[in-house]
Amino acid sequence: MYRYDHYDQSIVDARVDEFRDQVTRRLSGQLTEDQFKPIRLMNGLYLQLHAYMLRVAIPYGTLDSRQMRMLGSIARDHDRGYGHFTTRQNLQFNWIKLEETPDILAKLATVEMHAIQTSGNCIRNISSDQFAGAAADEVADPRPWAELIRQWSTFHPEFSYLPRKFKIAVIAADEDRAAMRLHDIGIQLVERDGLLGARIYVGGGMGRTPMIAPLIRDFVAADDLMSYLEAALRVYNRYGRRDNIYKARIKILVHEIGADAYRAQVEEEFAAVKQLGLDPPAAELARITAMFAAPPFDPAAPAEIDRTDPDFALWLDQNVRAHKAPGYSIVTISLKPVGGIPGDATADQIDLVADLAERHSFDELRVTHAQNLVLPHVRTSDLHAIWQQLADAGLAEPNLDLATDIIACPGLDYCSLANARSIPLAQKLSERLAPVQHNLGELKMKISGCINACGHHHAGHIGILGVDKKGTENYQLSFGGSGAEDVSLAKITGPGFDEDGVVDAVERATDTYRTLREPGERFLDTYRRVGMQPFKEAIYG
Amino acid sequence: MADRDQSEIGGEPLLRFRDDQPHDEPAVTLDAFLADQTPEPSGATAVRLEAGDDARALLPHLDRLALIEVSFPTFRDGRGYSAARILREAGYSGELRAAGDVLVDQLPLMRRCGFDSFAPEAEIDAATLRRSLSRYDYRYQRGADPIAPVWKLRGG
Ligand code: SF4
Repeated sequence: MYRYDHYDQSIVDARVDEFRDQVTRRLSGQLTEDQFKPIRLMNGLYLQLHAYMLRVAIPYGTLDSRQMRMLGSIARDHDRGYGHFTTRQNLQFNWIKLEETPDILAKLATVEMHAIQTSGNCIRNISSDQFAGAAADEVADPRPWAELIRQWSTFHPEFSYLPRKFKIAVIAADEDRAAMRLHDIGIQLVERDGLLGARIYVGGGMGRTPMIAPLIRDFVAADDLMSYLEAALRVYNRYGRRDNIYKARIKILVHEIGADAYRAQVEEEFAAVKQLGLDPPAAELARITAMFAAPPFDPAAPAEIDRTDPDFALWLDQNVRAHKAPGYSIVTISLKPVGGIPGDATADQIDLVADLAERHSFDELRVTHAQNLVLPHVRTSDLHAIWQQLADAGLAEPNLDLATDIIACPGLDYCSLANARSIPLAQKLSERLAPVQHNLGELKMKISGCINACGHHHAGHIGILGVDKKGTENYQLSFGGSGAEDVSLAKITGPGFDEDGVVDAVERATDTYRTLREPGERFLDTYRRVGMQPFKEAIYG
Repeated sequence: MADRDQSEIGGEPLLRFRDDQPHDEPAVTLDAFLADQTPEPSGATAVRLEAGDDARALLPHLDRLALIEVSFPTFRDGRGYSAARILREAGYSGELRAAGDVLVDQLPLMRRCGFDSFAPEAEIDAATLRRSLSRYDYRYQRGADPIAPVWKLRGG
């Protein structure tokens, strides 16, 4: 894992001091709310419907037990005893007092954490593959590159007042576990002639106008990457629209001028910028990479598992994935108990997961964009003991990637932008589909409470969007999206539904899938093969 | 960095981080400046860039300019940061002024982009500004200022 040196620590400490100063000026009235808003947003502090929400950065979704325990302790001391893991691999506290935020940030800084750029029109926390460093299919660990970009983008002098927020994901495998092409910039590490480099996609995103990012450059060498990103962002900062916030994301610019014209402008800028010495030397990437060295796996770790307990076997099959080291496994801890709130964890659960990581996973944890947690490096022979402890804490739901593993945004229960509630709908759907979920197989369900699409509904095999219809909550249903390597955008089925209506419609759609599917087909595959019509007839017929 | 020099220009407070005298020729618009270059330059030495203007249009004329003023219609509009970087990267060494909705919390980043003069619409509290400019000892990335980024310091 990355460890701060005194430079990193000094920067984060200075940020705490700066924010304390800004909060003091706000409370004394020196700063108007209008002036304070972008300042607090750049530090992850939102004003929600009932209280302030603080979003803590978990860079590329990686943290250790000490950091996790700090999140638990903040949940106890400053929130209502729980936290909410987000689709950007961060954590949100929903019940925060403005006056307490400087102290919370000071506590976070003691464990090398912060809330820098977790919101605002700047480069946000860098996201990555939750299986980085553990998956067999990666060409390299993507996280050192993500850390390099994190440092470059932190308080970037030129790109802190962009037209809109800016999200970057870095992966290093062909299987895309991070929805990479639905980011403003998606980076896939690839190898060419024995050298690692970055393949760059620009202009993806969800929101009102979802787009899949086109390939902009096939290969950028490591020692050109910062210059290239600088050029890519500068073209955006210069031309990105500022007259209409719905047209201000880079995806609109790339779409309007076309990928070729955008690419040409970036190349021109890159040629100039490359002369300026912006790129850290290879030694810096090497310094960071050394901190992500693989833990000392035991080459004699046994691989056998006793599968006699059927509940344990079910969990193994659903939530445990192969590790690159023999005798080790990757465990996904579901934060989606049937009927629960997707992504929520109590302080006690947070502590338990921290203990498990410390004892069984070389002190490492991950947060996934599907709002679950991961123990990345677990001895296969420890799995049964871990499962028992998770089960005792209500954390052993065997539902990874199944219908009840629902992504849902906070929606109208918290969010001031929402048109409809997401959480109660997720709970109802979860209860309705739980009995058949294992039969249904992989089914990614995603719910957003408004067009901003924080719940990734465009990328759902089944996506649901809350809209406001003459003052009542209404839900639009769509099928066929994917955030994985077979990326696609979901299509709307037809007229919307009320809350119970949309639950019924989803059930009719999954029933239809069960009658139409061919062996081995997921819901998404069947939909792609037969098209919308049979589903439409079942739902509206 | 030069000491902050608080002076006034036309009744507006002006913050300067330069040792030379403030330029007092009124700035012309980019269009007017460019129109004046053909066939014979008129001799204007101060230009004002609006937020949407392309700073690159000035690059052939930088050695004739003593003041470039970049307008910030609202502090949320960040195009001026790129304009400043582009001008400094091309070697412009004259006065580079941020004018308009320039607030104390934006000023440190503006300094890093190469602005060395500020004409804020609303007065900036001197004590807050002093704290804000001296708060960070280190910077992660290279800017238009001479500060070495931490990767350089780490390199020893
Ligand atoms: S999708 Fe809309 S309702 Fe949901 S969290 Fe985002 S802004 Fe709020």
